[in-house]
Amino acid sequence: MRLWKLHIILILLACFSCENESVDQYVATPYQLEIPKLFQDNILAPVIPVDNPMTVEGVELGKKLFFDPILSGDNTQSCADCHAPENAFSDTRKFSDGINGEFGNRNTMPLFNLAWNYDEKFFWDGNTFSLEHQALVPVADPIEMNSTWLDVELKLQQHNEYPSLFEDAFGTTKIDSNLVTKAIAQFERTLISANSKFDEYLLGQTNLTSEELNGFNIFMDEARGDCFHCHGSDKNPLWTDNAFHNNGLDQTFTDLGLGAVTGDPADNGKFKSPSLRNLAFTAPYMHDGRFATLDDVINHYSEGLKNSSTIDPLMKKVNQGGVQLTTEDKAHLKAFLLSLSDTEFVGE
Amino acid sequence: MKKLVFVFLISCLTFLSCSEDQDDKISQATITLSFSHHWDGNLVSNADFNTIKFTNAFGTQLSIERLRYLISKVTFYKTDGSKTELQGYNLVDVTNNQNLTFTSPTPIETGTYTNVSFTFGFNNEDNAGNYQDLNSASWNVPAALGGGYHYMQFDGKFINTSNQEQGFNYHAIRAAENPGDNPTFPQDTFFAVDLGAVTITNNTTFNIEMNIAEWFKNPNTWNLNELNQMLMPNADAQILMYENGLSVFSLKSIN
Repeated sequence: MRLWKLHIILILLACFSCENESVDQYVATPYQLEIPKLFQDNILAPVIPVDNPMTVEGVELGKKLFFDPILSGDNTQSCADCHAPENAFSDTRKFSDGINGEFGNRNTMPLFNLAWNYDEKFFWDGNTFSLEHQALVPVADPIEMNSTWLDVELKLQQHNEYPSLFEDAFGTTKIDSNLVTKAIAQFERTLISANSKFDEYLLGQTNLTSEELNGFNIFMDEARGDCFHCHGSDKNPLWTDNAFHNNGLDQTFTDLGLGAVTGDPADNGKFKSPSLRNLAFTAPYMHDGRFATLDDVINHYSEGLKNSSTIDPLMKKVNQGGVQLTTEDKAHLKAFLLSLSDTEFVGE
Repeated sequence: MKKLVFVFLISCLTFLSCSEDQDDKISQATITLSFSHHWDGNLVSNADFNTIKFTNAFGTQLSIERLRYLISKVTFYKTDGSKTELQGYNLVDVTNNQNLTFTSPTPIETGTYTNVSFTFGFNNEDNAGNYQDLNSASWNVPAALGGGYHYMQFDGKFINTSNQEQGFNYHAIRAAENPGDNPTFPQDTFFAVDLGAVTITNNTTFNIEMNIAEWFKNPNTWNLNELNQMLMPNADAQILMYENGLSVFSLKSIN
């Protein structure tokens, strides 16, 4: 008897639930992210928030916003001014300057493969969760674009194109910071770099030189480079663990890095491992751009390590300054690292 | 018309779905493994990391900065010799306080089992697989050492004979010799941890302890001044780790 009552209730629920079917909800055109084969085969799926699905219109809008100086306080600076596509969306300068000529204190990070940052901690010190929130920061930073989101929203709202573009992307002409950053994040997720010489080698499409191959072996050798513990391997095409380490740059810290975010002294001097993709285009290196060349970087790990209380135990032979690579090893390691550069990506 | 079809389908589904409800005779239980960690009886969590506060059997003071390890092949054995392997594996990440419990996606039949075990690391067959989550966690072992995956990454610092802090990387992998295109493997270094007999009547949690101090103690008293880094290509060190690992885990309780 009770089952009959349940059936009746379910039938009634089904009837009522159909009442609102005729309400139209705008749906933009779904964007199919092209996942490279090496990513598809080897690592987890990209992070795409359920409240910001990628759409063709959203990506297009995000791209337009990324390159538009309208986001800055005086309409002179766009995201792309510091994240230049020809430099894998990084800046060739040690520090970037904002609209008032003031410089920051961190090197501009390149932008690619961001959807595979599984912990979604962004910036050198991981201070911001999610790509959407990351995009909020530079607009309002006084030493970057030095604007306010109220002002940006007003300018976009009064623009002759943007309201209709937002309507296409999100089904509303009312523009706010939430939708602006959603669109930019959608565009940033399309910045995928996966076509370096080494990728082609892994796919069986080309051969490496003996120097590049030996460099890869040094990279993977715990007794020599031991780069793989933090920077991935042939099985992790991101070439970063997206985690935070003190890689022995300083004995004392002027920039606490992750420690300033967590408040934990054990995190002082820790910064995110950057991807080793596209190093040919992303000099200078390290969070403060202290190394002008890749040779400087390799020399640092070979004989330039500085001990400190938070240096990562993965750093080898710290009391000798590092792993003491030979000149030949250094040259081969550099050759391998450069084989991770993706000229197609910077040419797009 | 569409509404009517929809309502009819819903009705059919509800009628049919109820017809089998009373027929579930075989009882099944969900199995969970919960991992805790201690140093000779003193509970250890990531809050204890990054401080020189432990002393190993050799008398060396040390800190823990990173500890994560892989367990796999949770297996239940019956008296008739049959066994049931639970699906999945688990990367216990003490550093980030993640995956300290592992619940198998597949339930197990209730009943009496003569033994329950899990594997520390991967056996050689599983180690040859390709796992997206483990690759994403940068858990791989270089191909020159046979490839596959780490069993454990245990990093920290110790006070060396010069009274200075020095890093150590106690990384357990499949022992390999002759690194290169054709490495050789002197012996297996994964191992099974037996939890003993159990009768499963309901959803069950096995509370498993790792005594971290045992990695340095039994049967090999570990001298970090001699064996501290670059241990992955050191097959002899891997075998010592294996031998010490056999007494690291114990079953604390079942509930």
